[in-house]
Amino acid sequence: MNALHTPTTRAREAAPPAPRRAERPSRWQRFRRSESAAFYLFLVPWIVGLVGLTLAPMLFSLYAGFTRWDGVHSPEWIGLANFRVMFGSDPDFWPSFGRTFYYAGARVTLGVLMALALAAILNTRLPGRTFFRTVFFLPAIVTGVPMFVVWSWMFDPSGGILNYLLDKVGIAGPAWLGSTTWSMPALILMSLTATGGTMIIFLAGLQGIPVELREAAIVDGAGWWHRFRAVTVPLLSPVILFNVVMGLITSLQVFAEPFVMTQGGPERSTYVFGMYLYNEAFWYSNVGYASALAWVQFLVIVALTVLVLRFARRRVHYMGS
Amino acid sequence: MTATAPAPRSRTTLRLSLTRGRIALVPLYVPLCIAAFFFILPFVWMLSGAFKEPSEIAAYPPQFIPDGLGTGNFTEAAAGVSLWRYLGNSVLVAVVSTVGTLFCSTLTAFAFAYLRAPGRNLLFGLVLSTMMLPPFIILIPSYSLYQWLGWLDTYLPLTVPHFLGVGCAFYIFLLRQFFLGIPRELFEAARIDGAGRLRQYWQIALPLAKPALVTVTLFQFVASWNDFFGPLIFLTDSSKFTLPVGIRFFQGLYTTDYGALMAASCVSVLPVLLLFLVAQRFFVQGIATTGGKG
Repeated sequence: MNALHTPTTRAREAAPPAPRRAERPSRWQRFRRSESAAFYLFLVPWIVGLVGLTLAPMLFSLYAGFTRWDGVHSPEWIGLANFRVMFGSDPDFWPSFGRTFYYAGARVTLGVLMALALAAILNTRLPGRTFFRTVFFLPAIVTGVPMFVVWSWMFDPSGGILNYLLDKVGIAGPAWLGSTTWSMPALILMSLTATGGTMIIFLAGLQGIPVELREAAIVDGAGWWHRFRAVTVPLLSPVILFNVVMGLITSLQVFAEPFVMTQGGPERSTYVFGMYLYNEAFWYSNVGYASALAWVQFLVIVALTVLVLRFARRRVHYMGS
Repeated sequence: MTATAPAPRSRTTLRLSLTRGRIALVPLYVPLCIAAFFFILPFVWMLSGAFKEPSEIAAYPPQFIPDGLGTGNFTEAAAGVSLWRYLGNSVLVAVVSTVGTLFCSTLTAFAFAYLRAPGRNLLFGLVLSTMMLPPFIILIPSYSLYQWLGWLDTYLPLTVPHFLGVGCAFYIFLLRQFFLGIPRELFEAARIDGAGRLRQYWQIALPLAKPALVTVTLFQFVASWNDFFGPLIFLTDSSKFTLPVGIRFFQGLYTTDYGALMAASCVSVLPVLLLFLVAQRFFVQGIATTGGKG
């Protein structure tokens, strides 16, 4: 280390002498030369965006949440009326919340479990693991509306490939997107193929676990399941927590999947909060009400994240701290 | 390892245990192959559907491999909606928004990595917390803002915010981590040679951060390419649509024309698929970094 630093020290000693001019630089000149000035100059674009396109719109939507506003005429202050309607009489609020939690809960639980299982398997010296990693990661990147359209066709109850395969193994497939019971499970099933990112994060986490620990467990005669429970899961708990929180944040905002595949149907069985919000804002032009809904969604996400972190504080094991 | 190494075993036992280890892995292939089948199925299905004749589309039991490689579905998709135009629009928006993202996130990350200033940690906390913001809370009022600016139904709302760092939090974080790994001595030396901070940014930090820049470029390009919500809200003229909204529009017009829909989906997915296959390493590294600091 020392040897590495010597050139710098020497260089610093040889730094140019004090400025030739005797008069002291003005305050403005000193600021211009200072590091702080440079820092804030570099940050100008980001700060403009943060204030103008993030904080100001957020504050404005907070204000709009207390108004009746169609997005065209000037907003009219109505106090807490939006929230009274939301929690009291709106027939869509609570059910759409329930559906969103159903979706998010199932997607995060199943997705994290599956990603962890796949990552654990791929972390062995299995021949062909690179190929499998590519296959599992691919749908996480190559996704979006075109793939939702493909899945819609695959879910087709009569001519779709999924029910054909189920039929092959002797199961009469459900109507999937056409059924009020199966539409949501169909969306959840599809989302499971997008867990490749979570899997990659788990793989990175698994590779960070010291080999000695696992070897020690093997020497102690622990079987693979015991090793997984007693060594891997505790050491991986920060990563599991991260994936759960990120998964919750994403899936509570679900919108495009139901919008493209079911339009919220059948009979509103996939009318999640994101759909509800979109319709209120851009279809019915209840922009004031939609702003209130957006704030509720934001606060729920924040509250849930805090809750998960609180709950995890006692259980998550951080190595070395 | 050396201290606790077991007594040396003969070659045969070693090879035996290796084989046994390999055989023990075989049951693992069963879940892997089942999962892989379902992960890859949509892509196979889309590709085969794009080349199927209408009669093959309707065939039951379904046919995986079409009889011929007719491009009728592609011509039909291009005739039904302006498929090639959407492709061009998507490229335009993705390229410009990626340039914007690179501009703002490198400047910001450079400052956070190398320059000290009061309030720096607070601001960096703000960067990280904007990662959690749901888009609705910003987009509803932004819509009014863009309306007032006369930007609706143009590409400005889809590109300009990226030059101002909106949605760049993850990239700023990623680049800052990378910049912190560059030895400070290099900047010190450049400073002594008389290079200003802008030159240090341009001639030292950026060239050395190439792998991170590639990662950011890929992620933002794909994010913009896949973005549905922004174009859905801000664009109304169907000739200005990007591929995701274009395909959604197409789906609304021809609900059951699966062949043409699959052809359009293929065109939309192919660029990202190729990027992924060529540069998977960068995607893996980028994703892995997010979890490492969780």
